[in-house]
Amino acid sequence: MEEKLVSLKDVTFKYDGQDRNAVDGVSFDVSKGEWLAIVGHNGSGKSTLAKLLNGLQFPGFGSILIGDMELSEETVWDVRKKVGMVFQNPDNQFVGTTVQDDVAFGLENLGVQQQMMVKRVQDALNKVKMNEFLDQEPHHLSGGQKQRVAIAGVLALQPDIIILDEATSMLDPRGREEVLDTVRELKEEKILTVISITHDLEEAAKADRIIVLNQGRLYREGTPDEIFHLEDELVGLGLDIPFSVKLSKSLREKGVDLAGSHLTEEELVKDLCALNSRI
Amino acid sequence: MLDKMIFGRFVPLDSPIHRMDPRSKLLLVFFFVCVVFLANNLVTYAILGVFTFILIALSRIPARFLFNGLKPILLLIVFTLLLHIFFTKEGAVLFDLGFVKIYEGGLLEGIYISMRFTFLILVTSLLTLTTSPISITDGMEQLLGPLKKWKMPVHELALMMSISLRFIPTLMEETEKIMKAQTARGVDFSSGPVKERVKSIVPLLVPLFVSSFKRAEDLAIAMEARGYRGSEGRTKYRQLSWQTLDTLLMCSLVVLTALLFLFRS
Repeated sequence: MEEKLVSLKDVTFKYDGQDRNAVDGVSFDVSKGEWLAIVGHNGSGKSTLAKLLNGLQFPGFGSILIGDMELSEETVWDVRKKVGMVFQNPDNQFVGTTVQDDVAFGLENLGVQQQMMVKRVQDALNKVKMNEFLDQEPHHLSGGQKQRVAIAGVLALQPDIIILDEATSMLDPRGREEVLDTVRELKEEKILTVISITHDLEEAAKADRIIVLNQGRLYREGTPDEIFHLEDELVGLGLDIPFSVKLSKSLREKGVDLAGSHLTEEELVKDLCALNSRI
Repeated sequence: MLDKMIFGRFVPLDSPIHRMDPRSKLLLVFFFVCVVFLANNLVTYAILGVFTFILIALSRIPARFLFNGLKPILLLIVFTLLLHIFFTKEGAVLFDLGFVKIYEGGLLEGIYISMRFTFLILVTSLLTLTTSPISITDGMEQLLGPLKKWKMPVHELALMMSISLRFIPTLMEETEKIMKAQTARGVDFSSGPVKERVKSIVPLLVPLFVSSFKRAEDLAIAMEARGYRGSEGRTKYRQLSWQTLDTLLMCSLVVLTALLFLFRS
């Protein structure tokens, strides 16, 4: 396929004082421009995996390659320039007192010149459509807006990869849509490669490829279509399949003439309307 | 309500004083606090008064904001005034009330001291009224910059200050939420004897502390993920610009000091 941007080989990690490996011999590649979703129930090791990718933890065994750099104590600061990360809690990652200060925070850390910073802060906020909120304080923003600012903070650093670590799990449905739309646009403009870590399969349905983790091991890998065909197996892993997939399956079982499964509500609605007009 | 409590001190207007560099305003307050003690007669206090009121007029801050700043200190001012009136025994006797005599020196001294207080409070509140907390932090960081040579963690202190400012509203919101949650569980925050009420703060503080530590940890991880590694090689997004106006302000301070030396007895 295309150029490999991230490559994990046999990555194993154990937290101090625990018997079980949090991440156990996981290997996969991520190609440039791809949207990869990593799903799994709580404690499946998906958040640990995110921390490993950004050098917030180092694997006990195995190797992580970001671009052409092997992740290690020496390269970690360079790797962080390439890999941006958005975390779960919108409040706990907002460092600056205002929107523009927060976006500038990462740039300040890298020692970017001031005039350059002003430009990059502007550009980044334009891309997430938060440019009208330059001087707004965080407590006046909604959760979705704060997460978009966090994405802008990552964008300003011009990384290759963005990792969303449960970035939408604390948001209301509207905030979630806002954030996912922003990410999709950025991915389509080929600005970023997206790795989204989530337990929300509706979110994962929008990815190009899904990796299912269970007990720290790679359980399955495939396109959303392939993964959602596992249905009962997923439920057994403590994951809930999207409503549209479930509905379309039940309809087919009842003998409604629908072709294939439906990953999103829009697809299902479209097919049902088409069916309706045929009858 | 939240905003009023925390940032109500800062009145965002457009005035020459607002536009000044926070560094010059900080220096102004610092030196003003020193030179205030040079005044010791009517003329010098009048000079200080005129200087203070010119600054206030330039800042266009409505009087009621300044008065709010004075309110907590008012009692102290009145108390000092009375103390001096009744207990300083200098100069001629003005009134003889039988049990106590009021002397001229006491009255004057009392008025001088309370004026000194008033000017000090007015000028310092002018700083917080015309400068946003974050600018004050920036100004402090820059002014204290030279201390880095002696291993003073100036950048770290400034960052701590700005992060605290940033988290005050968040923690206030959280406090409110916990209060509601605990009220729903039967904790009574607003009535009962003082002892009970103080006790009821415990179920408020414990969860607040727990969550603050969690926040601090998350924030530290987020900062590290964004490449924060201390002050070394770091640039500043907010730039302070020293303008002619700031130089003028500093000059006016020199003039003020000279006048005070000239006219003090």
